[in-house]
Amino acid sequence: MPEIRRPEWNRLPRDLHPGAWWIWALGMATAASRTTNPLLLVIVIAVVGLVVSSRRSDDPWARGFKMYLMFGLVIIAGRIAFRMLLDGQYGEHVLFTLPELPLPDAAAGIRIGGPVSLEGILAALYDGLRLATLLICLGSANVLANPKRMLRSVPSALYEIGSAVTVALSVAPQLIESAGRVTKARRLRGDVGRRTRWFSQVIVPVMTDALDRSLLLAAAMDSRGYGRTSGVARSSRRVTAVLVIGGLLGICAGTYGLLDSSTPWLIGMPMLVVGLTVSVIGFIASGQRVPRTRYRPDTWNLAEFVVAGSGVATAAVMFVSSTVNPGVLNPSLQPLSWPPLPLMATVGVLIGAVPAWAAPVRPKPRVQGAPR
Amino acid sequence: MIEFRDVTLTYPEAAKPTLTGVNLEIEEGELCLVAGRTGVGKSTLLGCINGLVPHFTGGHLRGAVLVDGRSTADHPPRELAEVVGVVGQDPLAGFVTDTVEEELAYAMEQLAVPSDVMRKRVEETLDLLGIAELRSRSLRSLSGGQQQRVAIGSVLTAHPRILVLDEPTSALDPTAAEEVLGAIMRLVHDLGVTVVIAEHRLERVLQYADRVLYLPGDGSVISGTPTEVMEFSEVAPPVVQLGRLAGWSPLPLSVRDARRRASELREALEGHPAPAPSTPNGTSSDAALHAEGVLVTYGDVVAVRKVDLDLFAGSIVAMMGRNGSGKSSLMWALQGSGKRDSGTIRVFSGQGVAEDPAKLSSREARQRVGLVPQTPGDLLYLSTVAAECTQADVDAGAEAGECDRLLERLVPGIDREIHPRDLSEGQRLALVLAIQLTASPAVILLDEPTRGLDYGAKTNLAKILGELAASGRAVMVSTHDVEFVATCADRVVVMAQGEVVANGPTAEVVVASPAFAPQVAKILYPSEWLNVAQVAHALEPTR
Repeated sequence: MPEIRRPEWNRLPRDLHPGAWWIWALGMATAASRTTNPLLLVIVIAVVGLVVSSRRSDDPWARGFKMYLMFGLVIIAGRIAFRMLLDGQYGEHVLFTLPELPLPDAAAGIRIGGPVSLEGILAALYDGLRLATLLICLGSANVLANPKRMLRSVPSALYEIGSAVTVALSVAPQLIESAGRVTKARRLRGDVGRRTRWFSQVIVPVMTDALDRSLLLAAAMDSRGYGRTSGVARSSRRVTAVLVIGGLLGICAGTYGLLDSSTPWLIGMPMLVVGLTVSVIGFIASGQRVPRTRYRPDTWNLAEFVVAGSGVATAAVMFVSSTVNPGVLNPSLQPLSWPPLPLMATVGVLIGAVPAWAAPVRPKPRVQGAPR
Repeated sequence: MIEFRDVTLTYPEAAKPTLTGVNLEIEEGELCLVAGRTGVGKSTLLGCINGLVPHFTGGHLRGAVLVDGRSTADHPPRELAEVVGVVGQDPLAGFVTDTVEEELAYAMEQLAVPSDVMRKRVEETLDLLGIAELRSRSLRSLSGGQQQRVAIGSVLTAHPRILVLDEPTSALDPTAAEEVLGAIMRLVHDLGVTVVIAEHRLERVLQYADRVLYLPGDGSVISGTPTEVMEFSEVAPPVVQLGRLAGWSPLPLSVRDARRRASELREALEGHPAPAPSTPNGTSSDAALHAEGVLVTYGDVVAVRKVDLDLFAGSIVAMMGRNGSGKSSLMWALQGSGKRDSGTIRVFSGQGVAEDPAKLSSREARQRVGLVPQTPGDLLYLSTVAAECTQADVDAGAEAGECDRLLERLVPGIDREIHPRDLSEGQRLALVLAIQLTASPAVILLDEPTRGLDYGAKTNLAKILGELAASGRAVMVSTHDVEFVATCADRVVVMAQGEVVANGPTAEVVVASPAFAPQVAKILYPSEWLNVAQVAHALEPTR
């Protein structure tokens, strides 16, 4: 099939803003969290899989999608196993009976083993599938967006945290390296096998090494201008910090309220909006005081809007559909029946596949010089 | 550009000041070399320039340091970032990000340079230092010379007027060091950057320097032209030592200067036979270690490819070659605790018994072959020198006080109660060597012991190795330092890509090679003189 000529905004290969991938993935996850309909959930997984397979890069962190799928299967299997063991009988279609463990009267209401019904297994399957889908959606964001680029695009209020994480990420391999070196060197002193002194012999040199390195790094960062505050008062820095952290907490609470339909509505959308506003104010305030710029910042163009928008749209359609007709999103198992495939929700989930076409292609790594 | 006004610096808890009453001025565009023995305060002097001393290290500074008109008293290092760029010894320790391009941009991000200017400066710096093809590479995957050039680039992008380099080449092999020094020269000549550089191996930089700051060790700093300072400097490269011996004035600073002067000296030496290879009192019957077909691989990488090697009792072998040519892997394999895929190694101990060190317990192996690794500090884990010595006696099953005695013979007068971390590089090396010698191995291997040693410490090390050889041990030392090889080695093994490409008496291997020839050999070519001591010895009777 000949390739359709793409419009200009997504024709040139480039890396999409990591934030756009995260918004899309969170949208898909929100949509998935609203339903236990296995048909819809399978479509969500298929859509996410399609996007990942068409737009991921070859970098090391991007090869983990299979791992998330496997982990999803483990979740489903675990869920079913527990259900069979602990509370197998739920409907009338009993498939088989496990030997039952007699429990004292004090544990009335808890049963281990006993009859296992088809309804019970299906309910566990639906529930496990929803959890697995959520995980796969979030995993896809990790696969599609370079986590380090994501750190680089954190707002400047979080800059310190971002650089601490970056440094920590680069320190880990150094620690492993020096632990390996010291362990090797131990043998030169001829006392392998005496476990008691392992701690002082390996940990002490590794830690002194790490301490030396961190002092060198701190000196290097200092002499390269890190932490120039250009005379901002400490109190104003505190205020912005409180605003940002308070706002972020609000966002967390609001998101939780939104996802869990049993919490009072006040902790849902209103909380989210307030949290967002507060943290945005905090970010803007802190952004103004830090005299710092970004090298080649990730841009936010039409393609980012389309990708993020498709995720948001999927979540929104699912919301509407859950208020209009909650029954089809959470199909009943009593009486047992084939789950329905609601039209509106299906179309909503399919909107989530738009990035597979709309996101620009990844740039191919150009081979420059001979890599080692 | 840089001005020290009566600067006296005292570190906390120090008995006496590190710098006393220093007055000096460094002009714009100068290449200024800081010379002196280890521990006289070179790093302190360099640290003062951008305020890391005392803002970061602590200590009390009296007087004033003015940099481009700004006093470091009220400008901490971060506020001087666009004036002074600092590059340390270990580039990897100073990297903040993980790719070349981001590292180059880091300082500019901190200085709030506009985005478009940043982009332009990164491109310019990539070209200036010849690292454009590395732009998206991970910093850890680069070679040492490339890393050091990236480190220089990462401070250059802030467009500092002054560049301070603290031993930028001490961890590099000769080729990588040339790369880095070449880049620095280009900056001095093309951009007019003021460069202040501390370097142990003066022979590499001396000829390019406009000014030498010499620290004699009493806290003072003597400033002068290279020729002036070299008249009395305690640290001097072989070319200067030869000039002093021959009584040349002004003193030569480069091989070229000296060679043009040396015709007379060459004639004077003509009557004397070129020194005979100093050893081979070792014959194959005295072999202490015999290795055949040693193969070491890591995944697809062949580190050591079927190497045959013999070490003889009473001789010193120097192993040379680029970083990554398999020197360390070979040493670890010979010791028995490193990886070895195939090949045989036999160590002869006493009554003609031949053993494979890899088949012995690590305790027995170190009684046959002792190895001092590249970072000797890895072996130290106790809190005082005395404790380390006692532990070494226990580990080796030697009588109490043996290690202490050895250490005293190697480097007299080390305070036994201080922490091993506070020792100088040379002292720490001596301590680890003493620990390894406590097990009285017949073969002793040293992996790059000359890193960070000054001329005095190197002379001392050469003497120690000579004594070890004289006591009937086989010694092998890997090093990048050709002058060190010229003073102490009987034989030289050159490795490349895991193979031995040359193996023979020092003079034979080294004299004709452009990369490995010591300065004296270059000056007196074609005669096979290797070091100043030999020449002095030959001239003695005539004087």
